[in-house]
Amino acid sequence: MPIASTDTLLRVHSVTKSFGGLMALSEVSLSISRGQIYGLIGPNGAGKTTLFNVLTGLYHADHGEFQLNGIHLANKKPHKIAQHGLARTFQNIRLFANMTALENVMVGRHARTHTGVLGAILRTPHARAEEKEIRDRARELLSYMGIAAFAEDLAKNLSYGDQRRLEIARAMATDPQLLALDEPAAGMNATETTALKKLIEKIRSDGLTVLLIEHDMKLVMGVCDTVAVLDYGEKIAEGSPQEVQRDPLVIEAYLGCAP
Amino acid sequence: MLSLFAHWQTLKQNPRNAWIAWIALGLLLVALPFLSDWTLGRSWVRILAFVLLYVMLALGLNIVVGFAGLLDLGYVAFFAVGAYLYALLASPHFGIHLPFWVLLPLGALVACVFGVLLGAPTLRLRGDYLAIVTLGFGEIIRIFLNNLNAPINLTNGPQGVNLIDPVSFGDFSLSKSHDLFGINFAPVHNYYYLFLVIALIIIFVGFRLQHSRLGRAWAAIREDEVAAAATGINTRNMKLLAFAMGASFGGVSGGLFAGFQGFVSPESFTLIESVMVLCMVVLGGMGHIPGVIVGAILLVALPEALRYLGPLQQSLFNKVLVDPADLRMLLFGLVLVVMMIFRPSGIWPSPTRQRELTPEDGIANQEKESVYDANR
Repeated sequence: MPIASTDTLLRVHSVTKSFGGLMALSEVSLSISRGQIYGLIGPNGAGKTTLFNVLTGLYHADHGEFQLNGIHLANKKPHKIAQHGLARTFQNIRLFANMTALENVMVGRHARTHTGVLGAILRTPHARAEEKEIRDRARELLSYMGIAAFAEDLAKNLSYGDQRRLEIARAMATDPQLLALDEPAAGMNATETTALKKLIEKIRSDGLTVLLIEHDMKLVMGVCDTVAVLDYGEKIAEGSPQEVQRDPLVIEAYLGCAP
Repeated sequence: MLSLFAHWQTLKQNPRNAWIAWIALGLLLVALPFLSDWTLGRSWVRILAFVLLYVMLALGLNIVVGFAGLLDLGYVAFFAVGAYLYALLASPHFGIHLPFWVLLPLGALVACVFGVLLGAPTLRLRGDYLAIVTLGFGEIIRIFLNNLNAPINLTNGPQGVNLIDPVSFGDFSLSKSHDLFGINFAPVHNYYYLFLVIALIIIFVGFRLQHSRLGRAWAAIREDEVAAAATGINTRNMKLLAFAMGASFGGVSGGLFAGFQGFVSPESFTLIESVMVLCMVVLGGMGHIPGVIVGAILLVALPEALRYLGPLQQSLFNKVLVDPADLRMLLFGLVLVVMMIFRPSGIWPSPTRQRELTPEDGIANQEKESVYDANR
């Protein structure tokens, strides 16, 4: 199943981030190949979400850098990073609650469309064609995620699992190369998690690279090609799921030191 | 009135009836000044013109507050900028007399620049903090207008600018009576029709902006700024655009106001004006253009209608028990309080907004979900 590709999509080089005296990330380096599903695990507070926030421009790294497709993105604005092809979801769902599901996904097309004030007011043929493209693509993505039936419902009225799916649809609407999912299985039952696993595999087989933070070990070990483990802001292990599971440092981080 | 709105929703589903309703509304708007001449008197035509002016203002503020969710308490500053620009460039004050068709776009443009100037330093602020800074900005503009008569007399200070050129198209001055098609159009009629046309343009622009990728981006910023940025929206530019568009509407209405009144002074641009326009937006239904229009109509027309309470008391009790001016503010406050209790989303909120404030809906859906899960 792992795709034997050496083509690196994301390269993170010694990213460090501290909050006051707390070292949230220290010298984290990793590289993700195109077409991979890359898992990022670690105990609570290990710095996984902080790394996500640095990668998506919400936090500025103290030092270190990262490149997507060879383009330096460290300390760029979030919307620039999204435009360069890195889209994310949030651990605590951040949808546009009072917009419909369809509108949520349509917002995702913003970065890839260009109609300005005059085009919008005069509704030029170009603007009209673009609007149709946005709507069609958004509907397509809703069907892709299996939530087309809720297109006209407000995002906040969707069930928890569907909100997670909608967030992925919105992220995918930005045409990303790397899709970063922050605990997509949180709060899902076993059936939903299995469906999510299939979905992530489908997304990968459609040409996207996935970076996955997850606590559900069954999901991580079942779907990821490579897993990296963070503990206290440091990367303590990286490798195939099997290797990582046997790593004594990882066992120690999760279960504590053997007496 | 509420049943009227409900009726409106059903009307929309039948295209033929909708057309008839639109045409009837159009004819009503055209005939309105003559109808009010005939029934309520000439003073009401003037009030109608002011209603239209405030509709424009409220729709401008609606872009900033309703669409993008940025609470702006200094909106009247842009109205002032537009009005003074018109006043200074079309009056004996500087001896400059630029034509109307130059001044109106220029007013929009200059107000737009002021919108960006205000917007730029406030980009990081949200909610209460933004409100305080914008409030300050509104006051700064007013105080400048009040004091810029020395050392160089720019604004003529508290006396204001007088003898402003009336709006005219070539030799066709709106401040003169004209006989057209055998009907006599008084100046106030002419202005009513001018305001009507420009208000319709502003309504059209507002609708088009709302239902475009720009309108969606504003809504996204209003809902969750972080998520909007992570979704690829340049939040800085979109917020500045909201300020600029809102301000340009304000600038246009300011220019029209100056031409209509023939006189501007800093007193017309106090904080209470900003608050009134904000009330129109909130009371009507934030972010919903038809609602905001209704809000503006009510808040301009209602206080005027309450003036009749004075003569009414005189005829009933042979003396005025409560000063109508006091009564007006009292009733006005009461209406606001009652509204916020019974219709917090506004008189005519957008269908989505209505759903937003009915929590039962969400809970009911959750219930449905759990039943669905149980069956599964």
